[in-house]
Amino acid sequence: MKRKSIIPGFGISFGITISILSIVVLIPLCSLVVFTSKLSFSEFLYTVTRPRVMSGYYVSISTALVASLINAVMGMILAWILVRYDFPGKRFIDGIIELPFALPTAVAGISLTHMTTTNGWVGKFFYDLFGIRIAYTRLGITVALIFIGIPFVVRSVQPVLEKIDIQYEEAAYIMGADSGTTFRKVIFPELLPALISGFTLAFARCIGEYGSVVFIAGNTPYETEIAPLLIMSELQEFDYSAATSIALVMLAIAFVILSVNALLQASVSRRVNGLA
Amino acid sequence: MDIRKENRILKWVLIIISFVFLAVFLILPLIYIIVTAFRDGLSGYIKGITDEYALKATGLTIKATIIAVLVNTIFGLAAAWCITKYSFKGKKILSTFIDLPVTVSPIIAGLIYVLTFGRQGALYKYLDPLGIKIIFAVPGIVLATVFVTFPFISRELIPILTAQGTDEEEAAALMGAGTFTIFRKVTLPHVKWALLYGVVLCTARAMGEFGAVSVLSGHLRGKTNTLPLYIELLYQGYDFTGAFAASSILVIMAIIVLVLRLILEHKGKKELDVSRR
Repeated sequence: MKRKSIIPGFGISFGITISILSIVVLIPLCSLVVFTSKLSFSEFLYTVTRPRVMSGYYVSISTALVASLINAVMGMILAWILVRYDFPGKRFIDGIIELPFALPTAVAGISLTHMTTTNGWVGKFFYDLFGIRIAYTRLGITVALIFIGIPFVVRSVQPVLEKIDIQYEEAAYIMGADSGTTFRKVIFPELLPALISGFTLAFARCIGEYGSVVFIAGNTPYETEIAPLLIMSELQEFDYSAATSIALVMLAIAFVILSVNALLQASVSRRVNGLA
Repeated sequence: MDIRKENRILKWVLIIISFVFLAVFLILPLIYIIVTAFRDGLSGYIKGITDEYALKATGLTIKATIIAVLVNTIFGLAAAWCITKYSFKGKKILSTFIDLPVTVSPIIAGLIYVLTFGRQGALYKYLDPLGIKIIFAVPGIVLATVFVTFPFISRELIPILTAQGTDEEEAAALMGAGTFTIFRKVTLPHVKWALLYGVVLCTARAMGEFGAVSVLSGHLRGKTNTLPLYIELLYQGYDFTGAFAASSILVIMAIIVLVLRLILEHKGKKELDVSRR
């Protein structure tokens, strides 16, 4: 159904939108496509399957996965206490959760690094007591990614939890379900789509994260070298083909993650709404 | 009375876990920055933040942030208005492209600008004779900053304008109001808090962008170093007091942003409720 709007100003608003979008997003994206089409496939394959690059992908994905899983659990707990409980300092917690969005990643990076070296406040404690090093290891990368990913799950679960009607829980309780069963069978399925989407957003963000990780990683090849750093070092050597090849694989990974999320959202909402 | 019995032990266990988690991951790093910045006393701190290059880096960061916020405000208003007030083909694709920049790794964002405006890019041969340098210069930094904050303002406006519908604008148009009158008198009052909230978010992210800017900056001290890049430089040169002193400027700005966020979100929620009624 197409209906002509009587509100004037379509031309000018559409014009501004498309012009700025072209300069900032579309033209650069086209040049990526053009540049990609000029790459030879064998060269591309050679670049992205080099052991050092493969290990970069592995480090990025595995640390991002662990960090996002921890954030999924903590995000649920944080959303739960913020919605369901009253306690002193609630507004403070609600505000501070957004800190990773507001604090520049490089600032977070140097602070976490300096703090967790074997001379730092936290690092010394862990090293002396357990012999665990945090900075310049994969554990350090995970710590930085946990910092970055905190707001994602909380902010996607919180609004959904706020909207759940208490009636269902009351019904479950009257029918004799204990609080554990009520959570598992009544509340959790409602929260699942939001949880998955928060998790995937955090996961996608963490795989591409650079600023906070680059300091704490130590960047030892095969050990703590992340994929975005590999792109950066190829760029510094002006090897644009290699940089683009590595970037294309990362874009493909991000695309797969976001598509899986979209599919899961569709299937979960179908199941929850009983339309299967 | 609430018939669900609240499990008090569980409640406090969860609250304590949350407090410990946030204290370790969020609050401790903040305290650490402030303490390290003042490690050499107040004079060391003042020396750190009034260093010539620190001031120049702050200046460039402010400049890039202001331009990015202005561009994204104009874009955000135009895009949100266009998407919510008219029906046209390709709306979904348009929204996807607007949201794209935040899902791309900042390093890749930098990379695509290098491919576009760098020596091997298609545009280089037109821009170079005109003396326009984008890569490894200030325009590149500004572009990267615009890119990473691209959907921040439109994303705040679209839900409110969608909820508000088009009735009021249509009425105004029928009564003979022009585009800008409708925009100023009818639409803008509905979204003013959401707009401010978007501007705050955009400012926060623009000030702190590191990855994309790092790719596009020539890392010239005093010329193309933004504050986050300057902090990296100091840190890698083992000038920890200087690095943390410069960081403290960004920490203060981040805290201001968080406080503003709480205030604006509160007002914005009211705005959304009014629109929905």
